[in-house]
Order: sequence, then structure tokens, then C-alpha cells
Amino acid sequence: MKAAVIVFPGSNCDRDIAVALGQSIGSAPTMIWHRDTELPPADLIVVPGGFSYGDYLRAGAMAAHSPIMREVVARARAGTAVLAICNGFQVATECGLLPGVLLRNSNLKFVCRDVHLRVENPFTPFTQQYDDGEVVTFPVAHHDGNYFADAETHRSLLDNDQIAFRYCDRRGGLDTSANPNGSLDNIAGIFNANKNVLGLMPHPERASDPALGGNDGRPMFESLVASLS
Amino acid sequence: MTDTASHKPPAITPQVVAAHGLKPDEYDRIVAAIGRPPNLVELGVFSVMWSEHCSYKSSKKWLRQFPTTAPWVICGPGENAGVVDIGDGQAVVFKMESHNHPSFIEPYQGAATGVGGILRDVFTMGARPIANLNALRFGDPQAAKMRHLVGGVVAGIGGYGNCVGVPTVGGECTFDSAYNGNILVNAMTVGLARADRIFYARAAGVGNPVVYVGAKTGRDGIHGATMASAEFDETSEEKRPTVQVGDPFTEKLLLEACLELMATNAIVAIQDMGAAGLTSSSFEMAARGGVGIELDLSSVPTREHAMTPYEIMLSESQERMLLVLAKGREAEAAAIFRKWELDFAVVGRVTESKKIVATFAGETVLDLPVEPLADKPPLYDRPWTTIVCNSEPVPASPPGIDIGATLKRLLATPDLASKRWIWEQYDHMVMADTIARPGGDAAVVRVHGTTKGLALSSDCTPRYCYADPEMGGRQAVAECWRNLTAVGARPLAITDCLNFGNPERPEIMGELVGCIAGMAEACRALDFPVVSGNVSLYNETSGVAVKPTPQVGGVGLLDDLTTMMRSAFGGGSDSIILIGETFGHLGASLCTRLLAGRDAGPPPRVDLVAERRNGDFVRKLIDRRVLTACHDVSDGGLLVALAEMALGGHVGAVVAKPVDAANELAFWFGEDQARYILTCKSADADAILAAAGEAQVRATKLGSTGGRDLTVKGTKGISLSELQTAHEGWFPTYMAAPNQ
Repeated sequence: MKAAVIVFPGSNCDRDIAVALGQSIGSAPTMIWHRDTELPPADLIVVPGGFSYGDYLRAGAMAAHSPIMREVVARARAGTAVLAICNGFQVATECGLLPGVLLRNSNLKFVCRDVHLRVENPFTPFTQQYDDGEVVTFPVAHHDGNYFADAETHRSLLDNDQIAFRYCDRRGGLDTSANPNGSLDNIAGIFNANKNVLGLMPHPERASDPALGGNDGRPMFESLVASLS
Repeated sequence: MTDTASHKPPAITPQVVAAHGLKPDEYDRIVAAIGRPPNLVELGVFSVMWSEHCSYKSSKKWLRQFPTTAPWVICGPGENAGVVDIGDGQAVVFKMESHNHPSFIEPYQGAATGVGGILRDVFTMGARPIANLNALRFGDPQAAKMRHLVGGVVAGIGGYGNCVGVPTVGGECTFDSAYNGNILVNAMTVGLARADRIFYARAAGVGNPVVYVGAKTGRDGIHGATMASAEFDETSEEKRPTVQVGDPFTEKLLLEACLELMATNAIVAIQDMGAAGLTSSSFEMAARGGVGIELDLSSVPTREHAMTPYEIMLSESQERMLLVLAKGREAEAAAIFRKWELDFAVVGRVTESKKIVATFAGETVLDLPVEPLADKPPLYDRPWTTIVCNSEPVPASPPGIDIGATLKRLLATPDLASKRWIWEQYDHMVMADTIARPGGDAAVVRVHGTTKGLALSSDCTPRYCYADPEMGGRQAVAECWRNLTAVGARPLAITDCLNFGNPERPEIMGELVGCIAGMAEACRALDFPVVSGNVSLYNETSGVAVKPTPQVGGVGLLDDLTTMMRSAFGGGSDSIILIGETFGHLGASLCTRLLAGRDAGPPPRVDLVAERRNGDFVRKLIDRRVLTACHDVSDGGLLVALAEMALGGHVGAVVAKPVDAANELAFWFGEDQARYILTCKSADADAILAAAGEAQVRATKLGSTGGRDLTVKGTKGISLSELQTAHEGWFPTYMAAPNQ
């Protein structure tokens, strides 16, 4: 499997995802600078976390208009898998790859901690190695992770099994105290309609090394290797 | 103030001299040093270079007492940051700095730019920053605008560090009315470099270009260093315009661009433009290299219209660096900065004149010899009085006091309450090498791509320093050493940040002298040299000074991360062993503060021989992998430490006071030093006690882990969930309350 990681000025989880992915793939992904207008052949494109363009204007808004994102959108429409994490999720919603928006956290503060997630759809290239309803633990670290979509969009996400992960308690319960940012319906991550684009606020790359406190992100990378190789 | 080439410079009157924070005799010294009266630009340059903040004029005499060398020290104080060898061709680069005055005036930007400045001090030496820490001292929680200051400072630290992508992994935060008028914000950065690729700020090579990179120069922060060298009064709010504004996005670009350029061999010298901006960076680089620099101020990139030479020299705009490049490498370097969309301008060249000469629009606006400014500031041997140790007897506690209820109350005091509200606003995991997160004894970050770890801790107990400066100074160093030891690390070296009041008052100088003496003694006894530091004086408002706060930031090395120890109980049925002597010292303790409502009595004695012996013993046990948890005993005493271990591991314990021990309250809440709590498999306990006996280390079995309660034998147990609520509840409740 070949993977490419997009690097914007202000990306800061690019190395972290490259390390985690590299461990599953067995070789380092290609790092693509934002000014590049051409993408090398890739089975997986990652839009990593960070503060692209300093989050100026609105998180992800400027990156969404960078030349490389036109290329990423075209590849995604053609079926290439795209994994958009944290700031990458914000970029993906800003450029229309994924529906909805990410608002400022409901308590208005940055939040960095482990959260529990319930796997809502294990039948995708990203999640096939998880069980349906399995509870996993990933860290979050964001200021603008409060997912919102209008009622119609929300309904279509539900109808098409596009919800990937929901914030939950240790046993998988969906009460509001398990929701770190006020997201609609406890949504932590969503797919596009074709299930080849996943955007999520939690960081699977920070949960792929037992020394860091957890390994629950690893099955996501193993799923991708298994389905895309 | 204007001093453009087209205007007649204003006369240098005594009022103008005083407005620059210079004393009349200091002005006379300037005239003597340069053989003529300075013009306004030159006066501005002297005022910042000779400010307390830049010149250390009140503290230098005393700072010489610190041990600064060891076989593993690559670079001690005097450069942008200290450098220590960690083997395998790698070095750790670190420093701590204060941003107290600006943070009180404008908490978000003051704290944010404090983080930005210390990050630059570290990456200017060729290191990639891998961790940030901080130490925050706030006033009485109920004091005017304190909630606003806490919220603003925490958001500012997070806002900057999170964006740059360096994890904030540890720190301290306490409250005391002594800081009502002057909060303290100390920030520390730790970076990783190749030991053979350290960059210094030593200009060299006559004819080499002097290059300005980073953000453009604005009018912000002019005279910040001078502000940080004066007391506050009721007009301090008016100093808001002297606070700089940070842009962490530009910092991230500057960091990447500098590291990319450093991978070539184009850089001769590099220094960030921090306090006193272009002035201090040019004078200090020239002084260290024994050369001169010629500057053309018209080529400095500016972001505001019609900036004068005075403003350009003194601006403290953030995210800027001054470099000396090898001649002929300009184009290559410029391409890197263009890639990162940063300004790059050749603004001068190195000369052999040993003078800084600056021109603006073709006219010379500054022509000063380097030496008197950078190397020969006025040095003061200020009068000081020995501070008599607080000997007020500790008020007797009411008879029959409930130990469990006292513990619960203590855990909910501002100083002992969980600081989760703070550190969850910091990205403490970015870079994916944070092995021990905030909340334990020391944070541990992995050296990327290896199995080595760096243990990091930031410590000081101001109430001890106030009661007895020398003992408090010792204790700050000893506690830091102990925190590093408790995770299994070998303590390497410290940086410090000495925060005190007005040194022109003999009692404040006495605190400074006492604390330094105690710190130096502890550093020598523990082989724990000082490799970098910062002094912040005049933390005083209308004659009321902060408590003496000599903050210590320590770094230790774990050769093998798999031996790392955590403070949380590892499971049930483990034996709990106390290492060290318990005398039941309640003087200056948090228990006394809680029960008596004030800090009475002397601080606990720090026996450096016992510290070393007990710590070395504990580290050996950790290396041998026979422990299941380890925690240093400090603020709040033994039972607080046990509660922290229990809450961390979600496992209770049953413990008992040895029959020969002091009274219950003193035993459980006394703050005697040189102590650790260990747990081990019960089968290993006897061997550990025997080994302790052989090493002449006092070891006492206190009980064992298990259950969901923390129970002191002979009293009613208290459930972990009840303790948890008390411990976690204070901070969010405080911050959620309406402003006064």
C-alpha cells in the first residue's frame, strides 16, 4: 500500500501519523508539501492534524483552498481513500469532502484527553478490524471539534450509515457527559456517502503505541492496509 | 518619541533619562564610557541593555555561586539555553524564563509570548523543542480579577504551544495572596539536538552578512525589558501597549525554516530577538564574538508606517531571529525562508570595529562600542539583611481531629486540588512521545525513535522560601531531583527562574542571597548543576513583594523507558513502604495553612545527605524492576501522597501509623523531606526492607493496597470516589463561579 500525507504550513501531526502509518504499512508514507499541485499515485491520502495556516479565518478554511486540496478532492471523488484527522477533518468539511461543520467546543476551551468512542460502522476500509459497537479509546486535542449538521444532513448520515464513531462512556453509553465538545448526536467521526473518506476529531495515530497509553488506533491502520493493499 | 533623520533629536534631559529607567549615576557612567552624551537612540539602547532584565546587575555577584559544570554539561549559562549530553551523539537543550509583568497586564498575550520566547531560545541553538513546562503563581483565588488572570494565562499558554505543536507536559500552579498584585508566569522549553550540531550566538567572520528573518518589526513591546525591571503601581494598566502580541503560526514556520537552514552549514551565529529585540541580539552576538556589526536599519522589514530608528532598535515584536551567515550563502538561505513565507533581509555585516554602528536613510543614528553595553553593565552589590527563619510556633490542632475529613479538605485546597482543568487545555500528547502525562511526579517524554526518555519537572515551594530562604532554596532543588528520581531517571541538570521583589530593599536582597545559597548547596550535594536561567526582579506592587520564588526546572535521563515508574498504584495486595524519616514537621505545611489559616513556623529541614542516599536507593530499586509504583512525598505530606497514588490507580489502601511515630496529624500531614512511597509485590517487601537496612535508609512498611477506600487503621475509611470529587472539584467550580 502507498500512502501520502499532506503537509500544510502549520500542520503539526504530520510526523505522528507518518510514524504510526509506517509501522502498519512497513514503509514511510510520502510527505506532500501544500504548494505541490501534483499528487503521486497513492492508495491512501492523509490530511493530518495541526493548525494549517494558523487556523486563521476559520479552522481549515484556508487549507481548503490550497492547490493541493483540489487534487485531493479529485482523487477522493475518483475513489481514493482519504483519512482526515482533527484539523484534517475541519479541512475536509470546509472543502466539501464531508458534510457538516466543526464549531468551537461548547465550553469554548481547547480539550486534550482520552475519550471513549463507539464504533458505529465496522464495514468500511477504515474500520473493518473493529467490531460493531466496540468501545475504543483515542485522545482528542482540539478547540473546534463540535460537529454540527442541519436536520436533513443528520438524517442522511444516519440513513446511509455514515456515522463512523460516537463519543461514549466506558460501556458504550451515549450520555452527554461523555461528549467532550458538544457535538451533535455525540458524533466524533463521519464517512462520506461512498465510505472512502473518513473524517474524525480523535487521533488514532496517538493511540497506536502501547507506550503512549493505548493501541486502539492500530486496527484502523491495519484495516486500511488489509483493504487497500 | 521620534528621532528620525529628518527631525532634530530631542535633548537628553534628566527627565528623559529617568523615563528610560536609568539612574543619574548610570547616565554619568554612559557618558564616561562613550566619551560624549548619547543621542536618544543610544540612550534607549543603554536603557534596555542595562535593565535588570538584560544585565542581571543586582544578581550577577550571587549567581556565581552556582555550580555550572559537570562531565555531561556541554554548555552552561551565558548562551541562549543550557546544553547537556544524553549519549548516542544527542544533547538536550533547555531553559526557563519568566513573563510575569506582561502576563499581569495582558494575561493571554503575556503568557503566550512567554512560551514563544522560550521556544526560540531553544531552537535558536539547533534543537527541536520536544516539551514545554510552566510554573504559575496566582494570588488569592478571590482577589480582584484573579479568575480572569488564571483563565487568560492558561488559554495563552495553550493557544501558543498547541499551535506550534510542542506538547505542554508538566508544571505547577499554586495560589497565595502574596501574588495578588504580581502573578508569576514561568515557561520552560526542552529541546533535542545533535551534540555536534549546537548553534551559538557568537558573531564571527569579518564581512559576513547579518540577516534578519521571521516576522516584520512593529511598534509592540517597546521597552518591555525596562517594564520588566520596575515595580508596578496603580498606573500599571497603562503599560498594556508595551506587551507584545504573539503569532504561534509564524513561530511554527520560523522553527521549521531555522531547523531546515541549520541542516546546512550556512549559519555562523544565530540569536532570537527576544527582550530588547534587535538591540540585544546584535550587541550580544558581537560581544560574544569579539567583533562589531554594521546595521542598515532602513532594510529591516517593518509592518508599520514611518518607524523611527529608535523604535526599530527597541521593538520587541515576536517571532524574529538575527543570523550571521557564511558569506556567499545568502541565496540558499533566502530560498528556505521564502519557502516558509517569512521575511529574509540582509541588514548588515560583521566588522572588526568592536562597535555597533547603525545607519538609517544614509545617516548614522547609533555608534556605540560593544563592550560597555554588553559586558560591563553597572554591577551592584546591593545591601542585604539576613532573613531570620520564621520561628512562630505551629498552633496546636484541635484535639480529636478527624484524619479522613482533614485529608478530604486538604485535597480540595487550591494548592493541592487537581490541575486537570489547566492541563486538559494544553495539547500534552502532540509529537506522540509523551510517555508520562501531566499529573504525576515528573513528566516523561521519549527521545524520538529511541527507547530513552527524558524526565522533566518544575518545582519550588514559595512558602518555605519565605519562611527560610536558604532552606527553601535547598528544598526547591531537592524536590525537583526527587521528582525525577521517583520515575527512575538520573537527574542531569537544572535551569532556574529566580522571581523576587525589589532588590533595592535589603530584605528582598536577603531573600535572593539566601535562596541562591541554599540552591547552590543542594546543586553541589546532588551533582545537579545549573546550565541556564533567568532572573526576574521587581515583582512588587506598591511596596508589596511576591514571596521569594526560585523556580527550578530539572531534566533527568532514563536510559531504558521500560524501567520507568509511575505514581499510580499498580494493583491490589501490593505492600506499601515509606522511605525516609518522618519527624512530623508541620511548620509551613499546607495542613497548618488549612487548620490555622496562616503559614506558621519554619519549613522542614532538608538533609542533603539523606536526600542523596534515599534517592539513590530508590533509583536502584526502580532499575532492578522490583517496584510497582513510586511517588515523592511533598506538599500535604504522607496521606496526601497516598491519596494521589490511590486516585491515580483507582485502587484503595489500608495503612497504619507505626506505634513509635509522632501524633496522628503530624505523622500523616507533616512535610518532612527526602521521602518516597513505594509499592511492591508483597513477596518482595522483606527483601526491600532488608536492602534498605543495609543501605542505612529508613524504610517502614505502612500497609497494603486494595479495595475502594483509603483507610487509616483505627479511623473510618474514606471512599476513593469521595476523595476524587474533592480533589477534582475545586478548580472547575472556582473557574465556573461568576466574576466578582
